[in-house]
Amino acid sequence: MPQRIFITGYGIISCIGRNIGEIYSAMHEGRSGLGRLNRIDSALRNEFPVGEVPFTNEQLFSLAGIEHREGYSRNALLGLIAAKEAFKHGGLDRHPGMKTGLISATTVGGMDQCEYFYEDFLNNDSKNAYIDSYDCADSTEKIAKELGITDFVTTISTACSSAANAIMLGARMIRAGKLHRALTGGCESLTRFHLNGFNALKILDKEPCKPFDQHRAGINLGEGAAYLVLESEESILKTGNVPLGELAGWGNSCEAYHQTASSPDGIGAYLAMKKAIEMSGLMPENIDYINAHGTGTDNNDLSEGRAIEKLFGDKIPKVSSTKPFTGHTTSAAGSTEAILSILCLQHQVIWPNLNFREQISELSFSPVEKMITNIPVNAVMSNSFGFGGNDTSLIFKKVILNINNKLTN
Amino acid sequence: MFFINGIGLISPQKTSETKEFLKEVIEYHADYLTCIEPVYRTYIDPIAARRMSRLIKMGIASARMSVAEAGLEMPDAIITGTGLGSVEDTEKILAEITKEEHFLNPTPFIQSTYNTISSQIAINLKCLNYNTTYVHRTFSFESGLIDGMLQIEEGTASDVLIGAIDQMTLNHLKITRRIGLWKMQPVNNLQLMDEDSPGALAGEGSAFFVIGAKPVPSTYCRLTDAGVWINLNGSLKINKAVEEFLGNNGLTPGDIDIVMLGNNGDSNYDFLYANLADQLFPGTAQAWYKHLCGEYHTATGFGLWAAANILKHQSYPEILHLNEIQPSRKKNILIYNQYRNVNHSMTLVQSC
Repeated sequence: MPQRIFITGYGIISCIGRNIGEIYSAMHEGRSGLGRLNRIDSALRNEFPVGEVPFTNEQLFSLAGIEHREGYSRNALLGLIAAKEAFKHGGLDRHPGMKTGLISATTVGGMDQCEYFYEDFLNNDSKNAYIDSYDCADSTEKIAKELGITDFVTTISTACSSAANAIMLGARMIRAGKLHRALTGGCESLTRFHLNGFNALKILDKEPCKPFDQHRAGINLGEGAAYLVLESEESILKTGNVPLGELAGWGNSCEAYHQTASSPDGIGAYLAMKKAIEMSGLMPENIDYINAHGTGTDNNDLSEGRAIEKLFGDKIPKVSSTKPFTGHTTSAAGSTEAILSILCLQHQVIWPNLNFREQISELSFSPVEKMITNIPVNAVMSNSFGFGGNDTSLIFKKVILNINNKLTN
Repeated sequence: MFFINGIGLISPQKTSETKEFLKEVIEYHADYLTCIEPVYRTYIDPIAARRMSRLIKMGIASARMSVAEAGLEMPDAIITGTGLGSVEDTEKILAEITKEEHFLNPTPFIQSTYNTISSQIAINLKCLNYNTTYVHRTFSFESGLIDGMLQIEEGTASDVLIGAIDQMTLNHLKITRRIGLWKMQPVNNLQLMDEDSPGALAGEGSAFFVIGAKPVPSTYCRLTDAGVWINLNGSLKINKAVEEFLGNNGLTPGDIDIVMLGNNGDSNYDFLYANLADQLFPGTAQAWYKHLCGEYHTATGFGLWAAANILKHQSYPEILHLNEIQPSRKKNILIYNQYRNVNHSMTLVQSC
């Protein structure tokens, strides 16, 4: 039997809160974090709503518990805040003999500083401290250094599915016996770079996004970071950590269809979900809720919806996209939504798909409109699909604990 | 077991046009070494190629070369390691948004996204299988090797395509020269060892490898193991990591026939290679390769190509020699690399 993989800690920052408690309250109250872009001096700031973390970089330094330093990107600060929360929650500072890795995901990297200083980079020596912070590895290395993680450190970038792939690699390395514990997730800060990039692709909505709605008009970008501590059953016996959920299945597939668009039948999404279900040992009807990728673009929601129909037939589980709460945090979306999915297992709730009005005419189902409480939620599927058809699906299962908070078989 | 069954390499040497192993060596006097690119229409539909930037074409072409050499129809996974992705596209966007934020051309944005290379290869090969991209400086390629070997061990794959790809541009050179990465003047690549100055000679390349669970007629060697280590402080810790890595594979430093080192001419860091070589491999043949391809985040792809060719052809070209020692046999090669004494990586290959 392969090792079971459990989540024993998590940490998050997003436009709806700076830690797990705040995020849960906002979700419970149905409070979206979308609003006007305040922090970035962009020509697009009045055109498109975003999910901006409502703190300045100075405030983020203080939330991260470190002194102001040159060369720190906002991306690294967001990453550090969430990673630290998960690190503490999972007690990664204890049991130093255990092999612990950090697998982080980002795509825009330290572009938030780079795009301001690019002229300086090219023409004078005044902002050299930020040159190194431009790439994707920088935030990961800063987090690793602050937390003292040395056994294995790497960075993944598969656009909007990056963090889901980071979680998947962590689980696989634990299963292979290469790590005992892994801190996995992703971070992304808003930048003019990708706001303009998504705008050039004409897939940003000028209103709060409406995933799975007939009149959906695109994405609202967001920023944030989210990390999960993964451990094997064997490791839990040593750490005594209480499992918050089990990562029961994962699947990764590439559509090989188009560099930015999803295929009309959602073949990549279908294959990723199918692989994840097969691995989990569950049947499709055992999935109680799908936290969909649901970006709000014409293309994604139809394609994902068709893939869901193909896999689940006429027994489609409850479906919602939580992006109207958080915005689309791109490389942090996979881990942000993984945590939101685990919260559903822990609190037996299903999150609503805000802003939904009218069912997509080509689809047979509508998303959940109002939060559902007191509903049995034993298995949740979390979808993350990226540019280039890099599709990943994860399945989280509720963990049954005995009276001593220990796993039962 | 894992076997290197096919390789495609586009580099500043003539590696994509001939299978001969470094019979001819190209000498440069340059700020950085630039790839000798193949004729792309053999690999990519010319209409599709017209919109692709240079790095993406290099990636697809080298991926196709490796798959063709291995006689493989469809890889079970495509994994790309790239430190910086398509820098030229990133620069185009930065230049544009610095001036004016509207009316951006979407193509550079799409191509600047790091996973574009891996997904364009998937589109070219019509491969719907596992696909991912590692973007961690000099860990990028080795992370890919680790992932690929895991795929095979898990039984979910028997043939994995893994790449090491990065490019250099004039602007990027200019910017990263400010933080001391590179030589400040053009240098002769074949006299790089005599420079004795800070900074490396920059380069670029695209190397793709088919790693299979079984050998095929084109097999080069066995890929035994790969690993990454961060923040190893001091030579003692580096030595310990090397000994542990070899020990995990049932070897000691004395079993290594050739140690392939990442020397890049940077006087600030090359001493780390000298320390390792002196302390653990004093009687071992020591090789280097970065004078041929330059330094870049995924340059160990060139190193793995060189090691695989030594084992396949049982020939050890003089241009790779870093010391005078001739190996008595060519069976075990260790590739060791470091970046600014922060990122350390190793790959072990063995003859079949």
